[in-house]
Amino acid sequence: MLNYLYARCITAIIVIFGVSTLVFLLIHIVPGDPVEVMLGETAQLADREALRTALGLHLPLYQQWLNFMSQLFTLDPGTSIYSKREISSLLAERIPPTALLACASIITAISIALPLGIMAAVYRGSRWDIGAMTLSMFGISIPNFWMGPLLIMVFSLWLGWFPVSGNEGFASLILPAFTLGTALAALLSRMVRASLLEILNEDYIRAARARGLSQLAVILRHALPNAALPIITVLGMQFGALLAGAVITETIFSWPGVGQLTIEAIQKRDYPVVQACVLLISLTYVTVNLLTDLAYAFLDPRVRLEK
Amino acid sequence: MNRYLSFPVIVLSAWCLLALSATLLSLRPDEIILQKILALPEWQAWLGYDDLGRPIADRMIMGARTSLLVAFSVVFISFVVGTIIGVFAAWFGGWWDKISVLIIDIFIAFPGILLAIALAGLLGPGIMNAVIALSIVGWVGFARLARAQTLTIKHREHVTAARALGTRTSRMVFRHLLPLIMAPLIVEATFAIAGTVIAEASLSFLGLGVQPPDASWGSMIREGTRYMLVAPHMVLAPGVAIFLVVLSINLLGDRLRDKMDVRLNNGK
Repeated sequence: MLNYLYARCITAIIVIFGVSTLVFLLIHIVPGDPVEVMLGETAQLADREALRTALGLHLPLYQQWLNFMSQLFTLDPGTSIYSKREISSLLAERIPPTALLACASIITAISIALPLGIMAAVYRGSRWDIGAMTLSMFGISIPNFWMGPLLIMVFSLWLGWFPVSGNEGFASLILPAFTLGTALAALLSRMVRASLLEILNEDYIRAARARGLSQLAVILRHALPNAALPIITVLGMQFGALLAGAVITETIFSWPGVGQLTIEAIQKRDYPVVQACVLLISLTYVTVNLLTDLAYAFLDPRVRLEK
Repeated sequence: MNRYLSFPVIVLSAWCLLALSATLLSLRPDEIILQKILALPEWQAWLGYDDLGRPIADRMIMGARTSLLVAFSVVFISFVVGTIIGVFAAWFGGWWDKISVLIIDIFIAFPGILLAIALAGLLGPGIMNAVIALSIVGWVGFARLARAQTLTIKHREHVTAARALGTRTSRMVFRHLLPLIMAPLIVEATFAIAGTVIAEASLSFLGLGVQPPDASWGSMIREGTRYMLVAPHMVLAPGVAIFLVVLSINLLGDRLRDKMDVRLNNGK
């Protein structure tokens, strides 16, 4: 068990190292001179050289990579070229809204997926099952950059229930959370259904029924806890898709989070900010995946007790 | 053909036919009619006009062309590159395998579309760069699957027998390995096409894909979001198209997976 934990953590560290290097290479190997792109072709030579020195681009590549890695270790991502602000303070501003949005989407997704998946599994093959799975197929197939505008059109513009964009209180959270949560809800409900179906055939479920437990008690006390592991795994694996979806959802709703910052930085060619944002999102994803694996090992006695 | 399949087959045939015959249809996707700006659907233009007075139906067909072109090129490149890397990693094993697995793990650590967004942003907007960005992200899924499949087949008796007979590596791969691992790869490719249609539209929605005046369903939605109150058809038409195409591919993929009876986790 401990061996597994060590091996998993070491892999995660190597992957983090590789991810950082890839982000570094991304910025430096992509054709085109970033200085020229940032300043435009008409810029003065002196200005170009000044920016080049300020960014450390005059150094040899390996030196730049070492600088980049040392920045990473000291958790100092540098300053934005565009706004001249410390990137760490920019991120500190932007992380809480994104975290809030991600949590709200996960809660939305779970509260849609659990009833839907349970219903589909319990009434397998019935109209309820077909309906729930059709709904989930729709959810998987609707891209969030269409879902968002549709929700805005119906609930903000026509019905006037929620604000169109921005981050002002609870009401402005609902539409973005729903937009981001739909795809996850769709995938989760299929997973809930599949893992419940497997478990409902087990002997202990039959035993629980034979003892005269109600349908609800059988599902909630005996089936669901045992179906939880694959569901948690899917949740962890889908977290990356959720973060990437946040980039688009935040752009649609002008939600002031990391995703919107990423797109703004890409549009303004603010390379240090792009680098920091992509790195932050990827590292969050790697960490969540590691935690999911560890949680899996911790929650499942079969994995935990294995020598 | 059973009833379950007829809907996706109709939608996907329409998608391919319209996209491939776009040049023959004498469309005018860039023609601007100033009197018709934001006009609602009518007899001559059954999907209405956009904010510049261009017919949306014609632009939709050009958008179909864009999404078909990007989706098939990206999936083709990813399929070939990923399968080669995956098969060879598993076949040769050792360090070659370790390094391939590490690279695959690193790429998987990025939420795919995020890496594509960053790459497309850095390479500069444009359809060619979108294809490059999406292919750089796309090969990983195929490589991982091809490697896993090859590992399960590598030690089968027919492979050992072929090896004992002194079969060359290339013949071994093409005659004894690839045919056996093709089914799951094709299922993966089906879902990858759905994923790429959405990814291309996402890039274009963010302004990183197709550049004006060329049409993409994603950029059409983006343009439409500014006029949702007066011209909802601008957002509805391309959205319905993406939804129908992606839904059909997903239905087809599910069906294909059941038929070929391969178990794999559906994408990322």
